[in-house]
Amino acid sequence: MRFAMAIDTRKCVGCSDCVVACQTENAVPIGYCRDWIVEVNDGTYPQLVMEIRSERCNHCSNSPCVRCCPTGASHYDYGGIVLVTPHKCIGCGACIASCPYDARYPHPKGYVDKCTFCVHRVKEGLPPACVAVCPTKCLYFGDTDDPRSEISLVLKKRKYKRLIPEAGTNPNLYFLI
Amino acid sequence: MREELIISGRMNPMVDPTLNIWHWQIPLYLFLGGVAAGILFFASLYYIMGREKKYPAAIKWAPMVTPFLLILGLAALFLDLNHKAYFWQLYLAIRIESPMSWGAWALMVITPLSIAWSASWLKELFPGWHWKYTFLEELETWFIKYRLIFAWIMLFYAVVLGVYTGILLSAFNARPLWNTSILGPLFLASSLSTGAAVIMLMAKSHLERNIFSRIDLIMIGIELFLIVHMFMGFQASTQVQIDAANMFLGGPYTEVFWIFVVLIGMLLPAFLEVLELLGYKIPIAITSTLVLTGGFFLRFIIVYAGQASRYLY
Repeated sequence: MRFAMAIDTRKCVGCSDCVVACQTENAVPIGYCRDWIVEVNDGTYPQLVMEIRSERCNHCSNSPCVRCCPTGASHYDYGGIVLVTPHKCIGCGACIASCPYDARYPHPKGYVDKCTFCVHRVKEGLPPACVAVCPTKCLYFGDTDDPRSEISLVLKKRKYKRLIPEAGTNPNLYFLI
Repeated sequence: MREELIISGRMNPMVDPTLNIWHWQIPLYLFLGGVAAGILFFASLYYIMGREKKYPAAIKWAPMVTPFLLILGLAALFLDLNHKAYFWQLYLAIRIESPMSWGAWALMVITPLSIAWSASWLKELFPGWHWKYTFLEELETWFIKYRLIFAWIMLFYAVVLGVYTGILLSAFNARPLWNTSILGPLFLASSLSTGAAVIMLMAKSHLERNIFSRIDLIMIGIELFLIVHMFMGFQASTQVQIDAANMFLGGPYTEVFWIFVVLIGMLLPAFLEVLELLGYKIPIAITSTLVLTGGFFLRFIIVYAGQASRYLY
């Protein structure tokens, strides 16, 4: 099992509903977020191209954060989801520095926090909160090891890119272009 | 082509707009740990080589400061942690892939070793020194009996301590400035250089001061070579590493790096050391202070600049 997410950059309107849904679902402290919107404007007027992406932890298959964690608090969990065990985390910040996507942040309680792909929902067969609320249905979540899953099918059909694969992380967020 | 990037919804403290997770504590520890590693390296090396009489400052006097340096450094590391009450989790895991893990274990070995090493010379250096408890006397005799074995262990861990601080940073491929294997040897050379500077400062005999002045000169030469080599490597690498190098070649860190680290911390003391070797009288305190200042600034600048260097996507 290999959980992954596909984000349709052609459908995403950048409404930030995924951000708010995540903050509510996971009781993310005020002023912090586990997912965010990136808007890239390319070119000079009037030749402009815009891309909107809903971003979060890439749950990399070769995670630098898991590698550099001195206590094993950062680890691969259910279906390859990268998680942090709060009572094992010493808050040294090594994983935050190691993430090329800057997806992690120090929780006010001291441990390091990040997107969990809503593992508590996924284990019950529900999609992550951000996917469930998306009004344009531009987020796809599923198991890429299963060739018949929705995400596998959409990745077969559409062109996609991954963010800085040259950082050697083998990320699992696919941005449909 | 002009590109505009807007990130909305994200303003995580200590992460945005640029990474700011490590503050003064980490570079201060890297510096103190480096100096201690340098001193202990020379202490154990020359002890193993049987130069006890010739280099008393390196083997007996200078190691006296290392427990204080290491404990101060450990205190700084502890202050840096965000989840302080759980620091002991470091010692429930040995993770080969994590340089921070083996650094934590190396400190666990070398800190008590530096205390024992220093304590074992107290009687010799301060005639009339007495241990209050008999078990300490027994411990001392036992340590002195096996001092050569401990010297070998200390030599190994001094190198580990000196080099790991660089490897720790170079393991972060997310920060292009740190992600170079030159950083390990550079920090090791800097730690040997600053260690030699402390020994120079504490040396009483002209011979010992002279030898460590020479060692320091060689170390500065190696550091300069590695710095040039590092920037050459960056310039021939990917765009993110070219950008990282440009922070020092015209960017915001240019003046502070080339003036405080290279000029004041390396070229000037090297010049003074050459003058001294040529027979001029140069106050050793000036040379040592300059070398230590250079080592201090090197750690600070690399830690801060590394956090500012990043992938853009």
